[in-house]
Amino acid sequence: MKIFSTDHKVIAKQYLSVGLFWAITGGLTAYMIRWQLAYPETEVPGWGFIAPDFYNMLVTMHGTIMVFFVAMPILLAAFGNFLIPLMIGAQDMAFPRLNMLSFWVFALASLVLLSSFFVPGGAASAGWTGYPPLSAKAAYTGVNWGLNLWLLALALEFASFLMGGVNFLTTAINLRAPGMTFFRLPLVVWMQLTAAVIFMLSVGPLIAGAVMLLMDRVVGTTFFLPEGGGQPLLWQHLFWFFGHPEVYVILLPGLGLVLEILPVFSRKPIFGYRAIIYSTIVAGMLSFVVWAHHQFLSGMDPRLAMPFSITTILISVPFALIVFAMIATLWRGSISFSAPMLFALGTLAVFILGGLTGIFNGSAPVDIYLHDTYFIVAHFHYTLFSAVFFAGFAGLYFWFPKMFGRMMNETLGKIHFLLTFIFFNAVFLPMHVVGLRGMMRRIADPTQYAFLQPIQPLNVFITVAAILLLLSQFLFVINFFWSLLAGKRAERNPWQSNTLEWTTLSPPPHDNFERVPVVYRSPYEYSSPESPEDWLPQDRQLSPHTAARS
Amino acid sequence: MNWFPENVSTFGGEIDSLFYLILYITGAWFVLTEGLIVFFLIRYRRRQGSKAAYLPGESLRQASWILVPCVAVLILDLWLDFRGADVWAKIKRQVPPSDLVIQITGKQFNWEIVYPGPDGKFGTEDDLQIDNELHVPVGKVVHVVLKSKDVIHSFFLPHLRLKQDAVPGREIQAWFEATKPGQFEMPCAELCGFGHSGMNGQLIVQPQEEYEKWVQEHWPKK
Repeated sequence: MKIFSTDHKVIAKQYLSVGLFWAITGGLTAYMIRWQLAYPETEVPGWGFIAPDFYNMLVTMHGTIMVFFVAMPILLAAFGNFLIPLMIGAQDMAFPRLNMLSFWVFALASLVLLSSFFVPGGAASAGWTGYPPLSAKAAYTGVNWGLNLWLLALALEFASFLMGGVNFLTTAINLRAPGMTFFRLPLVVWMQLTAAVIFMLSVGPLIAGAVMLLMDRVVGTTFFLPEGGGQPLLWQHLFWFFGHPEVYVILLPGLGLVLEILPVFSRKPIFGYRAIIYSTIVAGMLSFVVWAHHQFLSGMDPRLAMPFSITTILISVPFALIVFAMIATLWRGSISFSAPMLFALGTLAVFILGGLTGIFNGSAPVDIYLHDTYFIVAHFHYTLFSAVFFAGFAGLYFWFPKMFGRMMNETLGKIHFLLTFIFFNAVFLPMHVVGLRGMMRRIADPTQYAFLQPIQPLNVFITVAAILLLLSQFLFVINFFWSLLAGKRAERNPWQSNTLEWTTLSPPPHDNFERVPVVYRSPYEYSSPESPEDWLPQDRQLSPHTAARS
Repeated sequence: MNWFPENVSTFGGEIDSLFYLILYITGAWFVLTEGLIVFFLIRYRRRQGSKAAYLPGESLRQASWILVPCVAVLILDLWLDFRGADVWAKIKRQVPPSDLVIQITGKQFNWEIVYPGPDGKFGTEDDLQIDNELHVPVGKVVHVVLKSKDVIHSFFLPHLRLKQDAVPGREIQAWFEATKPGQFEMPCAELCGFGHSGMNGQLIVQPQEEYEKWVQEHWPKK
């Protein structure tokens, strides 16, 4: 395997490796954050005391790492790169060299972010949202180059994913195999495409904002500083115009993975294939007009709140449809509980609660109280942890045989799911209660507040559960490396799945397919009356005899 | 168990009851959807000889199984939007006239509280400035003018269900009317630097006479 490869499968694995490295780093920051919240003024085992400014750095880097350096590279870049060409029957991406460049720009972004931990003053500590003026002047946080490098790392990351987005779109539009019409594309491809479009349309304003913020910091402009006529709220609009669509950029590919897995282990077509596609597009469009729900209390005109509150609550409709479609897929199925299916079902179960709690935050009056409390933190972990980790694990357990040619251990996978599901809920369900009692985000020591004293036992409980959640992930690490070296050899199609990637070798050769596949039907023809078996691959040509009979 | 800290403001009850309305609606959906999932997983688990039904859900007849619930979601959404708009208007748009105006300025990491003094004007010599201690009379409408000297802070009165960012370069209005005397905390809810955790003040709601006594004792004389 070459390091500088243009093969989309190699690049996918490269993104996956870097993403998993960052996931461990992000997990460590979570550990330190949780320890500090449960036992402030004690040493974090294996680390030491956490000073308040270091705590701010931890929460900033936890958010930055998990959103931009775990969710994006794993869900979009790794799965998108691996699956899109294989699922549409292409030999590679449309622009293999651009693909390689996008990975190496991302690797550079990772290096820049990593280096920011080691410069004097430490890494960025103004929150992952980087609100100015706090982020605009070194004097306010004591962080100088750490924050400049943070901005540079984000800019490089965006450049990388812009290249990736162009590539995804071009590939899926132009390189589809004969017969692979748009309405025969697997849903995860649709979700990846929608995510790519949302990303490319929304990232521009944030890049502009990031350049302005960097100039405020480095050359003394005052775009966001009121003393020079600037306006701090401008950043918030630019940030969230990108930041909210970004949530769906992460969520949609995660849901897409689940939509691939549910039919396979229910032996049923996905319920309402076209309705799901239309919902995805509607959700993508709505995601551009909800951003100011992050700013109900920011000081923007209160008359602006209701329109954004309405659009925010309405976005529940397309997502409700996708959830209902997932549930209806289970209805009258023949359901088996393999590790990927368990994680897919876990995604669904967890995402429902995350979606529902969004209604509370989306309601502007209720948000007056909930804004910037742990209720918000609990809400977005229910949405994003489900998309990134539950769906990500589902995808890895499912496609691992195709990626690496070996099977993962099912029993370990099931135990991993059980522990992850239990401890995840043990962490984040009580966190809603902590938020409702009023605990603010990003405070390093809840015991400093009298009104938060009664919930401190709950904070301790959450921390213990969080540590157990993190420890449970070692099962995955062990399973991953052990299976990589000694797992059972995978056949072409271990799950009896219909989509094209399962028709080729595991792992596929450099050009993916022995010959160009021809597609005859939609990807989810399970238990079809046309076939004696309970599956019918997209590329199987039925004999004229069977075709006529149906 | 009560989810929230005790409510001691006139509009807090509106926010709480809207919260509970959303809780009942989303709670019903939660039980329904998760219950269906569990039921389907048990009922339709793979057994010897069982075969899945072929239900692509593409025809309108089949798709109505998911479309009709979506219409229900839409209707409930609109209901919540209208209820929300009412409450929002009551809190943010129909501001009652003030009995007392106070300037509160966030700075790393304190709340500067400024009373206008006997002349009722800010920026004059008889202003009274104290840090982190906000005295107000019970049952009176208090207008707060929020400012910031450095970064964004967020003025948070959990027991009054009031939160509002203080943005440098801006003067942002907020208001409340406390319904019960007592001492309540007044933390900062927006990350504002290394001292964010612990940036906290006290709201002291006093009966009218007690408040007037405090004014007599502490405000500069005319």
